[in-house]
Amino acid sequence: MSAPGQGRDAVLGALRSRLGRKSGDGGAEAVAARIDSPARGPIPARGAGDREAQVALFVDMAREVAATVIRVPSTEAVPEAVADYLKSENLPAEIRLAPDPDLGGLPWDSQPLITRSEGPARPADPVSLTGAFAGIAETGTLMLMSGAAGPTTLNFLPETHMVVLKARDIAGCYEDAWDRLHSAQDGDALPRTVNLITGPSRTADIEQTIQLGAHGPRRLCILLVDDGEA
Amino acid sequence: MDATSLSFKENARKALADPLVARSREHIKAGFIGKRRKAADRLPEFEALRDAARDIKDHTLAHLDLYLERYEAKVIATGGQVHWCPTGEDARQAILEICRAVGARTVTKGKSMISEEIQLNEFLEAQGMVPVETDLGEYIIQLRGEPPSHIIAPAVHLTRTEIEAAFRAHHDHLPAERRLSEPADFVNEAREILRQKYVDADVGITGANFLVAETGSSIIVTNEGNGDLTQCLPKVHIVIASLEKVVPTLEDVNVILRVLARSATGQECSTYTTFSTGPRRSGDPDGPEQYHVILLDNGRSNMLGGEFQEALRCIRCGACMNHCPVYHAVGGHAYGWVYPGPIGAVLTPAFIGIEQAAHLPNASSFCGRCEAVCPMRIPLPKMMRHWREREFERHLTPRAARWGLGIWAFFARRPWLYHAATALAGPALRLMAGGRGRFRRLPLAAGWTDYRDFPAPEGRTFHQLWAQRRKERQKGRQKGRQP
Repeated sequence: MSAPGQGRDAVLGALRSRLGRKSGDGGAEAVAARIDSPARGPIPARGAGDREAQVALFVDMAREVAATVIRVPSTEAVPEAVADYLKSENLPAEIRLAPDPDLGGLPWDSQPLITRSEGPARPADPVSLTGAFAGIAETGTLMLMSGAAGPTTLNFLPETHMVVLKARDIAGCYEDAWDRLHSAQDGDALPRTVNLITGPSRTADIEQTIQLGAHGPRRLCILLVDDGEA
Repeated sequence: MDATSLSFKENARKALADPLVARSREHIKAGFIGKRRKAADRLPEFEALRDAARDIKDHTLAHLDLYLERYEAKVIATGGQVHWCPTGEDARQAILEICRAVGARTVTKGKSMISEEIQLNEFLEAQGMVPVETDLGEYIIQLRGEPPSHIIAPAVHLTRTEIEAAFRAHHDHLPAERRLSEPADFVNEAREILRQKYVDADVGITGANFLVAETGSSIIVTNEGNGDLTQCLPKVHIVIASLEKVVPTLEDVNVILRVLARSATGQECSTYTTFSTGPRRSGDPDGPEQYHVILLDNGRSNMLGGEFQEALRCIRCGACMNHCPVYHAVGGHAYGWVYPGPIGAVLTPAFIGIEQAAHLPNASSFCGRCEAVCPMRIPLPKMMRHWREREFERHLTPRAARWGLGIWAFFARRPWLYHAATALAGPALRLMAGGRGRFRRLPLAAGWTDYRDFPAPEGRTFHQLWAQRRKERQKGRQKGRQP
């Protein structure tokens, strides 16, 4: 057992001696250059289509991994779509909303049967509703950020996770979604948590048979809002 | 875990007679091989991505000291702490200190092979804490008190019968007459039991698939969501990661992610890829208050700058074992330590010493499938050969084998003697075999003849046949005919 600080010196010392590192050998410059201007690797062509093709690919890929995708004509129509989905799946009309003004400000009065509350997930919450920062067409993946308007627990604890995604927020590949996140963050550190979510929770640990709903949500329902720009 | 790699031969003999190993082989073939092929074929850029992924790791390993310093600076800047741990004992003590500081009682855990490597569960239990594995496969083997048999499917060696017995024995507060037969029954029962554990836990420990120098983030790639519940509910999140998990940038992560899931489970993308950067921010409604990274060396720095450096490119997808005929035949437990299959045969001698693991690099038919499917293009057969050379140099090879190799080498270095000896031995063996053309028993060859007959030589050696054919061809040409 090493004392604090000794461990760091021991590990870095071992690495430097094995690598033959010398100060001024140009290594530090190479590392700085790579981090300061990161280069993209090969990007699958499948996500490179126009907006319409990207949305279609996103929907296909998300459905392939057992997500439900419901096309909604406008954000105003989200409460009705939520009510219809809960009814069709025979789920409790009780939703936990992310404390996001965009979600709280929707016309919920049109759905008086739905009970709403806001905040991080509690163990007994059956359904959550959150926004998404982006969708990624390449694999039908959602990108969600933690923050005041995005408690991470809502993405994992409830049995049903409903997500509002605007069609204009769908990117072709991971790289494009990250670029948007970097611009939105204005150069600051990443949010505490960025979740890439592709379908509902699953496991194959019982005889390699795929079973949905292992620990996270059993159902992932994406409300895809056609915002007129798509 | 305590290594039993030295008993590989006995372990393997037992495994060959074990019906569970035979059944798990079928699960692996059905669950992994075809799916990987399909996913790879579906992505035209797959081979280019493998090249790019290899190059990223090669560059990172050549600058590992510098990237780790950049990574550490970013973790600290975002409010986290890095604990540098040369050995497993250093890591255990660092974890203990963090747990004690918050008076931890229940510790939930996401899946981590490093945790197996440093025997963390046994240690935490001895310190009076309750470690709870939350990945379904890890939970099952924790109930059974055994190590994982596969790096991404830890309970692949079990069928519903064994899992049912473990659940009935440990979940004795549930009605005895409940049904436990369909996969959903098991998944639902574990889900309900673990749900409470996530909420009760004081500390959540996860592994890491990547550490990102650019941002100071740690990344887990999972399907169940247990790792996320493990890290977003308790007050403290501890990440345990080994040095070689670091990559330079998020762009680099994107490249490797595209080959990881496809090589591992044949998925286009795993369900949850989670990027964690520091503890909860002011204004965050949830998330851990403390974020610690245990950075473990445990033998890895010794692999740098030598013939085993390329093994540090490994991203632990499991493709090499899924495609290995030896792993198929003997299963994961026979390898006797944490990492089975071809990557285990290369890593185990590096981590616990060739003296403790000399059999493992020999557990290969050199068919080359492991290298053919490795997303990081690690030359696994070449590395197993390097270990065999070291084993031979250190006189760890059994005396009979050394003696046999010595005799062969004597003849092989003297071609005229080799030709003469084989020209005599061939016909002699043919005579000895009599009319059967094969041997039931042969001195010094019991390893072969115990299981099958040994074919007797036809009479002439390969060299003689070759010379004869050449002569015939030349004759044919002289007569102006096609050979």
